[in-house]
Amino acid sequence: MVPLSYYLVLSGILFACGVTGFLIKRNIITIFMSIELMLNGVNLSFVAFAAQWHQLSGQVFVFFVMVVAAAEATVGLAIIIAVFRTRETLNVDQVNLLKL
Amino acid sequence: MNPNLHLWLIPLLPLIGAAINGAFGKRFSRQAVTGVALLFCGAAFAMALWVVSQFSSLALPHTEYVATWIRAGTFQADFAFYLDQLSLVMLLIVSGVGFLIHIYSVGYMWEEGGYYRFFAYLNLFMFFMLTLVLASNYLLMFIGWEGVGLASYLLIGFWFTKDSAASAGKKAFIVNRIGDFGFLIALFLLIQHFGSLDFTTVFQKISRFSPETAGAELLTAIALLLMVGACGKSAQIPLYVWLPDAMEGPTPVSALIHAATMVTAGVYMVARSHVIFERAPAALTVVAIIGTLTALFAATIGVAQTDIKKVLAYSTISQLGYMFLACGVAAFSAGIFHLMTHAFFKGLLFLAAGSVIHALGGEQDMRHMGGLRTKIPWTFWTMTAGTFAIAGIPPFAGFFSKDEILWRAYQASWIYWLIGLSTAFLTSFYMFRLWFMTFFGDYRGDLEDHGHGASHAGAPAPHGHGHGGIHESPKVMLIPLMILAVLSIVGGWVGVPESMYGANHFERFLAPVFHSTTSSAELEQTGATDGHGLTGEGEQRTSYTAERLFTGISVAAALTGLYLAWLLYLRRPQLPQKIARSLNGFYDMVLHKYYVDEFYATIFVKPLIDGSRTILWHGIDQGVIDATVDKSAEEALDVSDTVRHMESGNVRSYASWVAIGAAAVIAYMIWVASR
Repeated sequence: MVPLSYYLVLSGILFACGVTGFLIKRNIITIFMSIELMLNGVNLSFVAFAAQWHQLSGQVFVFFVMVVAAAEATVGLAIIIAVFRTRETLNVDQVNLLKL
Repeated sequence: MNPNLHLWLIPLLPLIGAAINGAFGKRFSRQAVTGVALLFCGAAFAMALWVVSQFSSLALPHTEYVATWIRAGTFQADFAFYLDQLSLVMLLIVSGVGFLIHIYSVGYMWEEGGYYRFFAYLNLFMFFMLTLVLASNYLLMFIGWEGVGLASYLLIGFWFTKDSAASAGKKAFIVNRIGDFGFLIALFLLIQHFGSLDFTTVFQKISRFSPETAGAELLTAIALLLMVGACGKSAQIPLYVWLPDAMEGPTPVSALIHAATMVTAGVYMVARSHVIFERAPAALTVVAIIGTLTALFAATIGVAQTDIKKVLAYSTISQLGYMFLACGVAAFSAGIFHLMTHAFFKGLLFLAAGSVIHALGGEQDMRHMGGLRTKIPWTFWTMTAGTFAIAGIPPFAGFFSKDEILWRAYQASWIYWLIGLSTAFLTSFYMFRLWFMTFFGDYRGDLEDHGHGASHAGAPAPHGHGHGGIHESPKVMLIPLMILAVLSIVGGWVGVPESMYGANHFERFLAPVFHSTTSSAELEQTGATDGHGLTGEGEQRTSYTAERLFTGISVAAALTGLYLAWLLYLRRPQLPQKIARSLNGFYDMVLHKYYVDEFYATIFVKPLIDGSRTILWHGIDQGVIDATVDKSAEEALDVSDTVRHMESGNVRSYASWVAIGAAAVIAYMIWVASR
């Protein structure tokens, strides 16, 4: 049996990678993926705890997160496409105005 | 029981006038301002006369309670007015002379800007002065006392754009404040030991004391502190310095406030508190010494002055010294008698001087006058009456009152008498010097004589300072002069002493005030100090002979002064310069008023200003208070300058702050858990 701490450390590493990517990347899609990475880092800790304590609620929560993430990905990608169509760039530093 | 006298109306009427003119006078015409001011001041005078007409049916002293003012524990101070012979005399002097000077001011101030302001202040002064003399307790008196100081300040600084006038006003106010400080402490002592400030209550309690009993030191302290207050208000050594400077104000103000009424408030207060002073012999001696020294000191300064108003100012100080001398030898009624005659002749002299200044278009230096006798005859004749009155030449008013004081002073000590006599001589000398320099000899100024003396005398026609030609003043100014001149001549006749086959009505009139609290057991003692005691018929007669002798001496002194002034300033005008040169150092000292102003400036004013500037201003205000505020503002600015970089508007930097924050929280939790 793999100890809980391993999962938690991996979850922390995944989350930190997500945060780092979110902070340093310029490309919207990369940032978007970093957010997904953070969500999944959290998901991992949820399932790890659920397995540890034999509680189903943690697993259920993960499903909710995945559903929301999927919805978010749909909307987010749609926005990215719209942005790219109007601005012809995906660099967030150049997309700092709502008005064109 | 007395009828309701409505005494409260007397001070209140001028206040209404002041309020109307002060609030709306700017929009009124000059005629309307004049009407309001004269109406309300005249109404107060009429009220005073009405009170006098009721006199025979009055049971004095009469107290009129209006309202409760302050009540704290057992202490109570009321708005209440007190009428006895003393306040009646003061009431008549203040409202009467005040009304005459109001009339005079109409002519004198007609051309001036701020006409309504002048009359509002003048009425305000009347309100406070009448409150002062009618108050039935020390606290209400103090209100009047402070109020006349305020009015005096406002009127001295009437031409406030002139720097010297503004600072003269400040000087008067500040010097008076020093005196008021003593007055206030005396009031606190009275409250602490007698639990009341009401005249009747306090004097009743005090009259149980005699100088031998234990409370004598207390009474001496109270009396001396009251005297400090009187010194400030009545311009006695060492607080007299403000009065000569107060001549910066318009001349009617000098006449009303700084000669006839306000400056005599100190004398009135001492006379009013005679119960306290009589039981504090040490304090009485101090009063007498201060009075004599001031009389002589101011008279010597007056000899060397060349500004006509300054001469009169020093003469006022000197005459006030006489009044204090009288109070100091427990001859209070003589002091009040001199106060009254002085109000007449000094008011007259100032108004006449104002008329001279008016005639010469603002010239005040006597060296540029001369020969005005024929050019402004009315002014000349009225001023002559005033000059003879102040010099103490019979039968003018000043003779009787001054003679009375000198005689009573002699009974106390021959030193007082000798100094008083020298002062009388000096008084006569400098007054006739003024008279000769102004009205006789050749005209030394540069104004042309248009020779239209009396033709100008109409209703307040538009003419005044600054237009060419020597001219007589309008009737509105001359009539008060004439009335005062008559009073200066006959005013003394109410107090002709018994030695001159008179009845001394004045002293008898005031007797109930100054003897009411003296019980029969103490009568002998006061009799001893009075010198008037229960002497035999023969003794009385010898004392009459002596009194007549002394009268003769003082008249001789006055005539010597007249002769000397004639010799020096009319007969041989070069002589004074020679004398001045031969007395080099001393003359210089007198000319510079003994350097008292300079001395005060070095000892008190300069250290105060320097201390205020270096310690209080630069040190505490700038160094501590301002520095604290400035420094905290600067620090806030610095911190904000650093912190504002967080608010870059860059979303990713915000996110990194969130991340750093989260990391810090986690680190803290781990640290707490692992402890």
